[in-house]
Amino acid sequence: MKFGVIVFPGSNCDLDAYHLIRDQLHKQAVYIRHDALSLGDCDLVILPGGFSYGDYLRSGAIARFSKIMTAVETFAAAGGLVLGICNGFQVLTEAGLLPGALYRNNHLQFRCQQVNIRVENNKTPFTNAAGNQEILKMPIAHGDGNYYASPDQQNEMEAHGQILFRYVDESGEATTEANPNGSLDNIAGVCNRKGNVAGLMPHPERAGENILGSADGLIIFKSLLSYLEREGAFICD
Amino acid sequence: MLTARSLNVWREAEILQWKAKVEVTLKKSVLDPQGVAVENSLKALGYEQIGQVRVGKYLELTLDAADREEAAELVEDMSRRLLSNPVIEDFSYSLQEAG
Repeated sequence: MKFGVIVFPGSNCDLDAYHLIRDQLHKQAVYIRHDALSLGDCDLVILPGGFSYGDYLRSGAIARFSKIMTAVETFAAAGGLVLGICNGFQVLTEAGLLPGALYRNNHLQFRCQQVNIRVENNKTPFTNAAGNQEILKMPIAHGDGNYYASPDQQNEMEAHGQILFRYVDESGEATTEANPNGSLDNIAGVCNRKGNVAGLMPHPERAGENILGSADGLIIFKSLLSYLEREGAFICD
Repeated sequence: MLTARSLNVWREAEILQWKAKVEVTLKKSVLDPQGVAVENSLKALGYEQIGQVRVGKYLELTLDAADREEAAELVEDMSRRLLSNPVIEDFSYSLQEAG
């Protein structure tokens, strides 16, 4: 099982993802540069957090046209698993691989804190190791995490179980106070219609061991592993 | 070598330089947190007359194109693909011959 971690100029959570995969999950991980043309023999792809291209113009807007993104789009179209975390989520929405858009937090502040997210659909490759409505604790660190989708997009996502995570309080309620950035309907993470591409603003790769405050992030990665073990590894090339 | 014929070809394909001014704004249906902050600040300064403020982006670019139509097509294409995100933003532009 081999994870590919894309490295854009300005990515800064690539090492966190690499560390979690190698040292916590004991699986193979390789870095793939933004200007590479191929994903090699990776079974799944992570677009990590950070500030690709300085977030110029819009977060993810420039990274979305990196050379490697052609390979990522081809991989996704063929059914390969792609997970975007934070800036990676922004890149995937900019690329049109995920519905909606992420823009400036409603209070204009950069938020760096622990949040609780509730698993809204645990029947996906990204969430199958979680319980139904399970609450996971993970950090966020972003200024542009305010999720927006048009009413049509929102209805479609609801109808097809594409909303994966919502920001909630300790008791699991999706309240306004628990929403750290103004996201529509407290949405913290979504997947595409086919269910093989997902993105979330919180950082599961920074919540992989108790010394970091939470190991709940492992649930996302273990979901991916169990999905691939069950369905058979997907080879990019 | 520049012959009379090649000079004509060159003239026919004369390329003009254009200046485009592109404005990108959040769609009306999308809350503009920066606009609200500026609006509140203006009101705090005593500008009671203030209605609504929307903050957008302004981009100036020069480009080469044979005519206005070609220049407009290019600007619209790049505005849709990169300069704006059609999910949350609208764009408008003006074009003028530069130099």
